[in-house]
Amino acid sequence: MRMMIDLTPGDVRPGRDAVLSRMGFGPGDAVPPGVDTLMARARELFEARAAPVALFDELSVGAFSDVYEGAGHNDAMTPLDEVYPRAEALALFAATLGRALDEAIRGLFDCGDPAVGYVLDVTAAAAAEQLAQVTADRFLEAVTRESAGATTLRALAYSPGYCGWHVSGQHALFERLRPRRIGIGLTAGALMDPVKSVSGVIVAGPHKAHTFRPTYAFCQTCATHTCRSRIASLRRPQR
Amino acid sequence: MTGHLQVLAQALQAGDRDRVEALTRAALARRTEPRDILSTLLAGMAVVGERFRDHEIFLPDVLLAARAMNAAMVLLKPLLVRDGIPTLGTIVLGTVAGDLHDVGKNLVGIMLSGAGFEVVDVGTDVPADRFVEAAVASGASVIGLSALLTTTMVNMQPVIDLIERRGLRGSVRTIVGGAPVTEAFAREVGADAYGFDAANAVQRVRALLDLP
Repeated sequence: MRMMIDLTPGDVRPGRDAVLSRMGFGPGDAVPPGVDTLMARARELFEARAAPVALFDELSVGAFSDVYEGAGHNDAMTPLDEVYPRAEALALFAATLGRALDEAIRGLFDCGDPAVGYVLDVTAAAAAEQLAQVTADRFLEAVTRESAGATTLRALAYSPGYCGWHVSGQHALFERLRPRRIGIGLTAGALMDPVKSVSGVIVAGPHKAHTFRPTYAFCQTCATHTCRSRIASLRRPQR
Repeated sequence: MTGHLQVLAQALQAGDRDRVEALTRAALARRTEPRDILSTLLAGMAVVGERFRDHEIFLPDVLLAARAMNAAMVLLKPLLVRDGIPTLGTIVLGTVAGDLHDVGKNLVGIMLSGAGFEVVDVGTDVPADRFVEAAVASGASVIGLSALLTTTMVNMQPVIDLIERRGLRGSVRTIVGGAPVTEAFAREVGADAYGFDAANAVQRVRALLDLP
């Protein structure tokens, strides 16, 4: 199953708290009026410039194993080593918010409005995270449509560059998925262009397939520990 | 600091661009020395930097102040050049070869400009020789190297090697930064300093140049 998904900015628009959190604001912090104004302007620009589109392509556990091996630079032990063999369904994916958004951010810095540029960049980063999850949700919907027994599955996206999956793994992923048709290219240094793009593997499996103990070597230097909230999010009822 | 300059400093700290621009025009109209206005603005930005460092304010607040500072500098810069007032130093700043990320690099540039440095931004995906040529051409005393990927941060090494080969090591210092970069990596590639965020980068550059 291979599918291209056209989305609207509203499908991936991040919530206010997600944007504030990326700027360092905690739940109880007062938000100055100036920052509120910046966020409103950034939201307008996001709605006008973001053109989200995604692509996923289902593959077998064996086929993913080859992609995941990549150039052999992954950490010796990773969460994905535990997670993907338990999957009921897997898909490679890539998704982007589009080139116009990158250009808008760059333009704001270049024309002397870095404050709005920064807040738009933060908004786009939060939206990219949302885009990965929306793509995972769409894959899960497709799997569920095809298999009546799949209604209890949960889907999460995992990406190269995180949790021991070396970023150079993008090359093997792109070679198989070929997301150029949705406008995403890859540099020699494994950087996606447009920059506000996401890629990886979507793992659809039972809740417990996604659980692991965050005690890997790289967990000690991890600044975010987003795995905890991601795993916790699976406990919420499915939409 | 006289009353009207105090008001200017307060407007800057509040990030009120229109008011800073108007107050700068007013100060010039009453024949305040451009260097005194500049000192006021730099002192105001220093307070903003300290408050950010101490987690009293957030990055958008700093950027609003920087935007206000830039509005004043548009008026002041020609007068400072006319009067021969030097900047604190020139910094060449760019994202290394293979990397297109520029937001972090831009933030560092804004903070350095706000602190009184002249910033030569050479952009993204910059090869080693362009960093060095820009430093030589501008008389820069520091080159700042940014990268956001583990696959591209290795391209900091050729810049530092080229500085060495060109015999510039004593006159051109290097500072590195970016999400995957660490103090240990900076030492490994022979950089003179590592900045963990934009505000810290300003402090490290000041230290490199023996500025108080």
